[in-house]
Order: sequence, then structure tokens, then C-alpha cells
Amino acid sequence: MKWETVIGLEVHVQLATKSKIFSGSSTTFGAEPNTQANAVDLALPGTLPVPNEQAFRYATMFGLAIDAKINRRSVFERKNYFYPDLPKGYQTTQLDAPIVGSGIVQIQLSNGRTKDIRIHHAHLEEDAGKSLHEDYHGMSGIDLNRAGTPLIEIVSEPDMHTAEEAVEFAKALHSIVTSLGICDGQMSQGSMRFDVNISVRPEGSDTLGTRTETKNLNSFRFMERAIALEVERQIDLIEDGGRVIQETRLYDGEKDTARSMRSKEEANDYRYFPCPDLLPVVLDDSFIDAARAAMPELPKDRKNRFIDNLGLNDYDAGILAASAELSALFESANKVADNAKLCANWVIGELSARLNSDNVNLEDKGFTGDMLGLLVLRIKDGTVSSSGARRVFDILWEGEHADVDAIIETQGLKQVSDTGALEAIVDEVLASMTAQITQYREADDKKRKKLMGGFMGPLMKASKGQGNPKLFNEILQKKLNG
Amino acid sequence: MFEKSIKELAEGLRQGEFSSQELTKAYLDRIDQYNGNLNAYITVAHEQALADARAADEKIAAGPANIWTGIPFAHKDIFCTEGLLTSCGSKMLSNFVPPYDATVATNFKQAGAVCLGKANMDEFAMGGSNENSFYGPAINPWSTDTSLVPGGSSGGSAVAVAARLAPAATGTDTGGSIRQPAAFCGLTGLKPTYGRVSRYGMVAFASSLDQGGPMARSAEDAAAMLQVMAGYDAKDSTSVKQAVPNYSMHLNQDLKGLRIGLPVEYFNKHLNAAMQKVLEDAIKLFEARGAVCKEISLPHTELAVPAYYVIAPAEASANLSRFDGVRYGYRCDDPQDLMDMYMRSRSEGFGTEVKRRIMVGAYALSAGYYDAYYRKAQQVRRLIKNDFMTAFETVDVILGPTTPSPAFGLGEKGDDPVQMYLEDIYTISANLAGLPALSAPAGTIDGLPVGMQLIGNYFDEARLLAIAHQFQAETNWHTQAPKTELTGL
Repeated sequence: MKWETVIGLEVHVQLATKSKIFSGSSTTFGAEPNTQANAVDLALPGTLPVPNEQAFRYATMFGLAIDAKINRRSVFERKNYFYPDLPKGYQTTQLDAPIVGSGIVQIQLSNGRTKDIRIHHAHLEEDAGKSLHEDYHGMSGIDLNRAGTPLIEIVSEPDMHTAEEAVEFAKALHSIVTSLGICDGQMSQGSMRFDVNISVRPEGSDTLGTRTETKNLNSFRFMERAIALEVERQIDLIEDGGRVIQETRLYDGEKDTARSMRSKEEANDYRYFPCPDLLPVVLDDSFIDAARAAMPELPKDRKNRFIDNLGLNDYDAGILAASAELSALFESANKVADNAKLCANWVIGELSARLNSDNVNLEDKGFTGDMLGLLVLRIKDGTVSSSGARRVFDILWEGEHADVDAIIETQGLKQVSDTGALEAIVDEVLASMTAQITQYREADDKKRKKLMGGFMGPLMKASKGQGNPKLFNEILQKKLNG
Repeated sequence: MFEKSIKELAEGLRQGEFSSQELTKAYLDRIDQYNGNLNAYITVAHEQALADARAADEKIAAGPANIWTGIPFAHKDIFCTEGLLTSCGSKMLSNFVPPYDATVATNFKQAGAVCLGKANMDEFAMGGSNENSFYGPAINPWSTDTSLVPGGSSGGSAVAVAARLAPAATGTDTGGSIRQPAAFCGLTGLKPTYGRVSRYGMVAFASSLDQGGPMARSAEDAAAMLQVMAGYDAKDSTSVKQAVPNYSMHLNQDLKGLRIGLPVEYFNKHLNAAMQKVLEDAIKLFEARGAVCKEISLPHTELAVPAYYVIAPAEASANLSRFDGVRYGYRCDDPQDLMDMYMRSRSEGFGTEVKRRIMVGAYALSAGYYDAYYRKAQQVRRLIKNDFMTAFETVDVILGPTTPSPAFGLGEKGDDPVQMYLEDIYTISANLAGLPALSAPAGTIDGLPVGMQLIGNYFDEARLLAIAHQFQAETNWHTQAPKTELTGL
């Protein structure tokens, strides 16, 4: 039997506010345990939550970015359960009246197609603290620095059918929230965490199978692996006559295995009810308009601009636009070089490859768009060859030197474009290649093209690699055909 | 000295009749002598009080000061006080010393008032007799042959003020916890409009109902207290941005033409005949001053108690989840694992009534029961509020009893929670609607004080205080002191 996979995502996005959603504590990552937890975060008796306006602004911006309805009136509820890193014994979250209603996120697939993934809603809530189970000899440590960090939880419809679609959706969300500047996007620090709901059904069936939820995936690669594992497990289970039970699963990225965490029967009754410490939050038009006005350009708008104004193709524009950082670098390079296609090639090719292979962030490198722009300009005006430019790029990338022209000069990468000098070299080389010249002249057009390469090698060698290949070619044609 | 009003005490301090240190010392001496009988205080802050009194004396000597500068008072042990045990009447918090002040506590500190200590109360403000305190019951100072309850939950505050162990005290009222003990002990107690007084640092029982307020020997003193307590607080999202009037200035506003509503649901066959007489006397007095009384109806009154005993426990079940033994408060000895720590810390740390309400509340919110209980109760709450809104279209204030009867005996209702809950039958509606309500002494039954209750429209505290003040100008119920062995008065 052929099986269809159905995937829905719940994505937790930490908002990049300076302070917490209901207290004035800092949200900075990596501080000493419990140094960023005040009386409210510790849930000392009598303390009360005060909403952080910036969190509402950020959530509104996200809603506008996915063309969602912004609910003018949203209500916080208490989700009750006991856990040591949940100081109040309930999480303050939204249920029936979330701030962001249904919306759409478009994803781009490797087959060149795009697909719309529907967002059911997105709501504001507070993050929990962390339990530290090591180093305490039979006890657990509690760090409440993270407790109260604002989150938006984005809930998709079950619109995805492959791991690729799920990962592309996750990447698209990452691109949106980082472009908006409402999340730092640092997944290894937990700034974005993905829960994946997976079920399978016979192809053609229109009823959903029993789903499982794999929680807290914090990289695209883990997500892809976790989905593959779970789909395989469910299909094997059903084909062996078993039945999928509704459960929460945990994926271990180190071991590439997953295990059951709890079944539905063990699930909590969260006893949600409206939080009496917080009045319903009412947003007026001016708040929403101001949030809209404060929004930076979105990936989808940027992509269209790259296509319409700069003439990039759909694929290049899509890849660049997805990253606010790469887009910015590309645009400043193009301002200097005025050659969008060549700048895009360098950003998507050499630069992206180096970012991946070195596993670094662009902001940590000193590499700028101006450097790349000047380099492209020097390729364009013939000062340096493509291979020479790669050498210049390496030096710029490693931060050894920042001046493109100086590097070209000192590394002897400057092309010779003086036709007189080049002609002298051609004459000298041809003088020792009479047999090849005869062979060339007797050949037909098609064969001649092939034989041209035989002359270029010695020419480049004679010019110590500095001769402009284009000019060499022109001179050579003239001499041989002349 | 122990019969002086707040205003008279303030004048005495300024005139140099006595210093704040002398005044404070005199109260501390009385506390040392009689708190053993009465159990009004959980904690007495001898040293801090004297230090604060010394600072107040310096401030007064230096020039103009707040009316409260140098005046002693007591806090209900539900208000967090920095560096001073705040137990909320519970074993759970019997080791809890807050690192911060409640906003109400900050307000009194800034005014220069001297906190004598923390008053006894029903555990987590759950109760109407003060019998649910981990520290034992406070005793009504009016008791003679048998021990009577002072009411609750602000029982210790009421006892402290009535027995002249404090000139005034703070209280909190979720379903009558200021008004009922005020009535039982012969005091003036006011539950302000919800949102008038900040709840920050006030240990939460039922957040949508809790409200702090004054307990004093007169409406005039209560006005002076409310002046310090009221006001918007950015730390409490439910506090209201509305200007605070000068309550003392409004005490003598003319009552001519005042429209008083008398709900048929209060004045019915269930009302104790003696209580009816007390209220009729009060009504006559108001009519003589030009007020107009009118029968009104609050048709959903009988639903108030059942709705309250769903909503308040539901909120409490979540509010009290933070007491888990993890970060502060009571933790059981030698926990075997996490679940054991939760279960034993909470079973051992909470008293019976608190556990009962947590269970009732959790049940009312659980899957499958939410609509039948919690949602239904919220609908009833809206109906009750609407009843009042309709009534206030034709009247300015609503008058009725505060309690069904005077103070009852210690242990008399202990076995039957429902009998105890019905004590709140007249007080609960004001909490559900968020309205201000005041209880003032209006007479005695069998020698024990009883109160009349005045319920006002939103933010109409000034009017309630004025009505009570002018009643007190012509009566002396409020000046009667419990001259019993317990108090040595």
C-alpha cells in the first residue's frame, strides 16, 4: 500500500524583547542561573504580571507578515500543571482569543514550485524556566532566567506531506521572524523550537490517521531526521498489524533515535481559565497601524523587488530574499558593482559555501558588501580574472586584508590588458607552434574551436596567468584566421 | 489615648502631647498584655515599630508631615512586608520573609505610619471565623462567658482595632472578609471598588474578587486609611487609573435627597427580627436627615453564594499552585522524589479548608465540568452585576444587613462548611459585582455589635464614608468598646 504523510507544526518563537512578557527582568541568553529572575518570575506570593507592550507589537508584526487577522481583543488564560521550572504552577497563555488569527506562509520547494501553508493561529505566552538534571547528585537544579520570556506559538494546519515541506516551512518562518527582527533566530539557544505532529494514512484516504507529536526540535536537520524516523515507524507499525497511539515523543539528535514521552491517557487536564490578573488586551487601529509602519521589508516583498527591479531570476531572488543578512550584503555589493546577477552568484555561491563550511555567522566576520561589490567591479572591468577573484575573496574572507585593489596588486593578480604587450606574447608563442597552426588552419569550424584551447594554455603560462583571456582570444583569432 | 481618632492622634503628635515613640510603646505594651488572650497578632514588630516611631518623631519635629506620620497601625498578615514574616495564616508560609513590600505597605511606609505587627487571619483568607488560622483563632474581644469568633478572614485585624491593640488595621475582602469581622467586632470596615486599591504584594486568594481596605473605629478613620491605600498602581494591571478624591473632605456632604435602596431579597422572612429592628432604626435616622428610602429588587441574590463558591475556589486552585515546596515556603522533610515532595509539602502545609477549596476549584475547572460550573458561575456573576446596575438607576446606595446574626461561638459552625459559607450571604454580591461596600456598627443584639451594610456604585467610596460618618455623628454604637476581661478596658 502507498502511504501519505500528514504533518502539522507548532512553532515556539522567543520574541527579542529586552524584558520579559510580564516582568521587567532581562531576557538575555546565557547569564548565570537565576540572575535574571525577579520576584514576579519567581512567583513570590502577591506578585502580579504586567504585560510588555513590545511583545504585543512583535506578535502583531508577525500576524501582519502572514496576512493574518489581528484580533483586537485577546485574552490570557492560565494553563495549570505542576513542574519545578514552572514557578506559578500555571503557564500564562492564550487559548480561545489568540492575538493572531489564521494566515498564510508560502514555501519554495526544490522542484521550483511554491506552496501555501495555512496558519491556524498564533498566540502569545510565557516560556518556562529550565530544569538542570546534571551536577546535583540525585537532585535537580532550577534556572528561572528563561521563565517569562515572551513566546509566540505558531500553529499550522496539517498542510505538509513531506519532511522537505515541513523543513521549508520552518525555514520560511525563520526567515520571516528574523527579517522582522522580532526573534534572533538562534535555534541552538532555543530561540525557535519546533513540535511536529505526524500521522500517516493510505493514499487517497480523506480521514486523518492517529497523530503523534515530536517535541522540541531545535534544528532543521533534526526535524528532517525526526520526521523520517517517525513516518517510517508509523508505517512499519501499521503494516505489521499494529496501531499508532496518540503520544508525545522525544527525538534525540545525538543518537538519532526517538522515544515515547507520554501517552494521551497520561496527558494533563490543564484546567484552562481566563487569567484574572490580566484584563483582556484591546489593540486599537493606531497600535496596529504603527506596528505595520515599523515593519521592515518582508522576504516575499524583497523577492519580488529583486525580480522586478534587479532582474534576478525567481530562484536566485528567493534564496537571497529569505535571508535578511544575505539580502543586505547583496544589495550593498550591487550598489558598488551595479551587476546584480554577478553579485547574486557570488553571494549564493562562494559566500554561502564559506558560511556553511566554516559554520560561522556573517556578523562575526569582517566581510562587507562593499568588499564584494568592489571585487565584482574588478571582475567586470577586467582587472582580475574569475580565478584571481576567488583568491582575492579568500584573503578578504580570512580577514588578512580588506582592500581589494591592494590585494590584487600585491598578489600579482592584475590582468594584463595592454593589447601591444599581449600581441608580443602571442607572436612569441605562435612562433614555436607552427605545426599546430597548420593543423588549425586545415581544420573545419567545429574542430577549430576545440583547437583554440591548445593555444590558450601556453599563452596564459607565458603571461604568468596575468593575460586577459578575452583579449588573448581576440588577438589569437585575428592572427590565426588573418 | 486608646480612644483617640487618627486625626486626634495626629494632632496630639504635632502638639507634643505625646511622641510617636510613647504612643507606639503604649500600644506595644497593651499588645504584650492582651494579645495572649486575643491572639490578634501573629507577629509583633517591637523593634522595627519603635525604630519607625523614632524616625517619625524626627520627621514631625522637622516640619510638616503626613497625617499618618508616627501613627501606629496593624497589617493583616496577607500584605507582604519586607523583612517581616508574612505567613498569610498558613503553615505553608510560616517561614516566608518577603524581600519586598506590598504596594499598600509601601504607601503606609511613605506616609510615615508605624506598623505594629501582622494580624491573624484565616489561612489564605479562606474563612469567616478566623478559626482556619495555622496560628489558632483570634478571639472576639466582646466574648464574655463563652469564646466568640471575631469573624474572618480579617479576624485578627478586627480584634486588634476593637480591643485597642491598634488604632486601625488593614484588611482584605474577597467575599466579606473586611465587613463581616467589622460587624462582629463593632468596627467600620470598607471594601473598596475592585481596582481602587493595588493588589500587588497582597497574597492572592481569588484575584478577581480580592480587594484591600480599611478597618477602623469610625468612618472618619476609615477615610484617612483609604486615602493612603487607594490609587492606581502600575504593578497591578487590574488597578484603575482614576483620581482619588479627598475622602475626609467629603465626609459631611449633604445627605438630603439621598436615595437609599432596600432590597426585598434582604428584608424578607429570613431576616432575623432583631436585625430588622436595628436596620429600621438606622433607616429612620436617615429619613430624618432627608434621605428617601425605596424598595428595590436584586433578583439574583440567592445565586450569589453558589456562584461565589465556584469562582473563588477556581481562582484559588491556580493561585495556590505556586506553593509547591520548590522555591520558598514549607517543604516536607526528606522527600523521596518530585511527586512525593509536591504531595507531602502541600498536604502538610495547607489546612483543611484551603485543601477543600483547592479541590472544589480544580474540579469546577476540569474537563467536562467547566461549562456546568465555572462558565455558569461567570454568567450568574454578570446577572448579579446587572441587578446592581439596574438598581443604581433609581437609587444612590443600597442598605441592608452585613451578617445574618451577631458573632457566633468558637467551634459552633466548624463542622459544617456550608453553614459557614451562608454567613457571607449579604456580603458576597458586592465582590462579584466589584462594587464598594461598607459595614458600620448600627446596634447590638444580646449585647453584641451588629453592622449595617451600605453598597455603593463604582468608585462611590466617598459617599459611603459620608453616610456612615453622619450616622456616627448621631449615634454612639461605633464608640462602644468591648469592656471585657479579655481587653482590660
